[in-house]
Amino acid sequence: MAKKKTIRTIPQERTPMREQDPKERARNFAEVACGYRLEDAMREAERCLMCPEEPCIKGCPVNINIPAFIKKITEKNYRGAYDTITDANLLPAICGRVCPQENQCEGRCTVGDTLEPVAIGRLERFIGDMAIAEGWENVPYVEPNRFRVGIVGSGPSGMACAADMAKAGCDVTVYEAFQEAGGVLKYGIPDFRLPNGVIDAEIAKLVKLGIKFKCNTLVGRLFTVEQMVTEMGYDAVFIGVGAGYPSFMGIPGESLNGVLSANELLTRCNLMHARDFPNYDTPIDLGRRVAVIGAGNTAMDALRVSLRMGAEEVHCIYRRSKAEAPARAEEIHHAGEEGVQFHWLTTPVALLDNGKNGVKGMRCQRMELGEPDDSGRRRPVPVPGSEYEFDCDTVVYAIGTNANPIIGQTSKLKLNKWGYIDADENLATSIQGVYAGGDIVTGAATVIQAMGAGRKAASAMKAYLGLRDSEAVYQAESTGSDGKLFGIELSERNHARLRLG
Amino acid sequence: MSEPSTALPESFEIVTRQDFSDVTYLLEFRHPMMAKAAQPGQFVIVMSHAHGERIPLTIADFDRAKGTVTLVIQAVGKTTREMQQTCKVGARLHAVVGPMGIPSHVGKAKKVLCVGGGLGVAPVFPQARAHKENGAKVIGVLGFRTKDLIFWDDKFAKVCDELIVCTDDGSAGLKGLVTLGIDKAFEKHPDIDEVVAIGPPVMMKGCVEATRPRKVKTMVSLNPVMVDGTGMCGGCRVKVGDKVLFACVDGPDFDGHLVDFDDLSHRLKRYATTEKEALEHWNESCRIRGHADLAVK
Ligand SMILES: Cc1cc2nc3c(=O)[nH]c(=O)nc-3n(C[C@H](O)[C@H](O)[C@H](O)COP(=O)(O)OP(=O)(O)OC[C@H]3O[C@@H](n4cnc5c(N)ncnc54)[C@H](O)[C@@H]3O)c2cc1C
Ligand code: SF4
Ligand code: FES
Repeated sequence: MAKKKTIRTIPQERTPMREQDPKERARNFAEVACGYRLEDAMREAERCLMCPEEPCIKGCPVNINIPAFIKKITEKNYRGAYDTITDANLLPAICGRVCPQENQCEGRCTVGDTLEPVAIGRLERFIGDMAIAEGWENVPYVEPNRFRVGIVGSGPSGMACAADMAKAGCDVTVYEAFQEAGGVLKYGIPDFRLPNGVIDAEIAKLVKLGIKFKCNTLVGRLFTVEQMVTEMGYDAVFIGVGAGYPSFMGIPGESLNGVLSANELLTRCNLMHARDFPNYDTPIDLGRRVAVIGAGNTAMDALRVSLRMGAEEVHCIYRRSKAEAPARAEEIHHAGEEGVQFHWLTTPVALLDNGKNGVKGMRCQRMELGEPDDSGRRRPVPVPGSEYEFDCDTVVYAIGTNANPIIGQTSKLKLNKWGYIDADENLATSIQGVYAGGDIVTGAATVIQAMGAGRKAASAMKAYLGLRDSEAVYQAESTGSDGKLFGIELSERNHARLRLG
Repeated sequence: MSEPSTALPESFEIVTRQDFSDVTYLLEFRHPMMAKAAQPGQFVIVMSHAHGERIPLTIADFDRAKGTVTLVIQAVGKTTREMQQTCKVGARLHAVVGPMGIPSHVGKAKKVLCVGGGLGVAPVFPQARAHKENGAKVIGVLGFRTKDLIFWDDKFAKVCDELIVCTDDGSAGLKGLVTLGIDKAFEKHPDIDEVVAIGPPVMMKGCVEATRPRKVKTMVSLNPVMVDGTGMCGGCRVKVGDKVLFACVDGPDFDGHLVDFDDLSHRLKRYATTEKEALEHWNESCRIRGHADLAVK
């Protein structure tokens, strides 16, 4: 056995990831971060101390066995590393790119106490990309049972729930309103951060698991959630329709042309390919000076898409300071490098009319941080007499979303006072057999939290259907099957024992 | 173990195509589930091909027995002109999603005036029929620019107790705008208790101004620029009273007396320049394709 590593013996510097040059990339949609090469991954994996108390695992919303997969990388057992990750997380190539690791696993990493933490996200992505390139997939041995499961929404929560139910042997159908599956991953997060090819590769794996995707289906209006459980014969249903319904501020000038939500901007550019107009028919009218209000991931994406669409100046307006900005640290850093100008502690009070129903500018007010509010962040308060005007011709709102009303309008599901679906700790809703998770339950959150919710609901749905819930679904294949897992005969693994309810 | 009732058409086949004029055409496509679910006042979003844009179109009719849904389309921009050329019987639409929006409220009204202007004649039809089936007396007012553009007057005649046709140039029916028809209808029937008006924003604005002094509830159907139609983008926001609402999920029907039509008209012009560019690009490529075809011959 190799001698024990200590903080002094490991490579001190975090292994950098190659990136496209900021000047160049600010004008193209190719991926910004190019990913680790084999030697980068090997070097970074050496930085892991294999801490016995495994703090990183506790920081991970789906509890990936991080030291175990990193150890497998050091042993050059990449396939093994992939199997370890996919035991907990179905979409490593996606999560490695979009998770806010600094607040999760990397935020807890022991190495981070002294040096920069182990780049867990980059290692995860490295393995996820390798799996796509090598065509690895963990299609487990699935014995079909007689249950049919319907999933509403094909975002990360729906995909994760669908995968777990399919692995348990259920016949799973995912309904999606858009013409393509993927949810926010497809319509919201741009290609330079998460290429569509990666999402499609992950969806192709789900199709191999036997999951059927039905796009162009607006559940609630084409058929209701109640009809799914009554007429359509679904034994269990999961709702993961996301938040949607972007917020505006209600200040003067918001209905001027040139004012739009980040969701509209991003959907037009990403899903509808307005960036290739007129080869694609969807237009987008971005001006030369774009101001984006907000500093979350959505705002960063809107800012960086605007640059790539040819805007000359792109400004980020945020009422708190950089320390409170909710976006991933890496996105703020990348946006700055690409030339986004940040106006911290600033809030718009009115949008100004150019006399032709367009925007000429914005009146802003400076803020300062006061007492902490309910969220624990210091509350911004206006500085008296600090108003000033600022030129821009496009204003993009990225200040959050409210609950999408369609499911509430069309079913008897109990909602909470903000209009989100009311679910218990097992994510069961007020209708028997119907579960919900992701942004439509919690409000806008993260990809990995949505996936975690999808898996949690799946586990409750299996209990409801009387299916055995085994965590390590891939073990059989990678350990070389002896036909048994935990002493259970595999053919009996997802055997339905009894039906509750 | 899949049941036919849950099977969705993988593509949406056009079964009928009818041309009402040089610019107005009807498409009927097969979608049994949608035909079963559709209610008056709802709309669909159509993408005619993989590079197309998503455009909202109000459902003009549905036939539950045949399993079909009907749209009436005016060729104004690039997409609708291109569809006029490509959407023949047997062709397939890339994507159709719906029915979307809150169905029209068909309530207790006893005498209902249904007003359709131009293309708006089509989407008002399912409402006229629903009110009729609900036992109300239905009076129809249909407005067209000229006689050659008239369509569906026969269809309306079947569900209306009285029908008034108006043309701008007087080539058929009353000479004048639909507001003249509204005045005539109220003269004869002062007890009309609900008005439904669908058409271009200026026409709907005229209608609500005609009914405002009479204090009769007037519902209008708004069709702003949309992308998703699921409440996710906010592109379709409209001003209604002191609220900003999303037409796709909060509408598309609203109380006309509260709607800010000027705001709607301005917002409809949001993409005017880029749309013109798309149309020019398309005309150009049609011209080039035309030449290429000639060259082959
Ligand atoms: C621009 C942007 C950038 C982001 N960046 C990050 C990031 O870097 N990292 C991170 O962790 N998180 C990020 N997030 C947040 C993250 O994407 C979401 O929290 C996550 O996608 C939520 O997943 P979900 O499954 O709940 O819903 P969604 O991903 O929203 O998917 C819901 C799907 O359901 C469909 N749908 C809605 N209604 C119906 C219906 N009635 N019938 C059928 N289908 C329906 C929708 O079309 C959609 O496809 C970002 C969000 C945005 C908008
Ligand atoms: S906390 Fe950091 S060093 Fe410790 S096991 Fe996890 S990744 Fe490795
Ligand atoms: S069309 Fe996007 S919210 Fe209505």
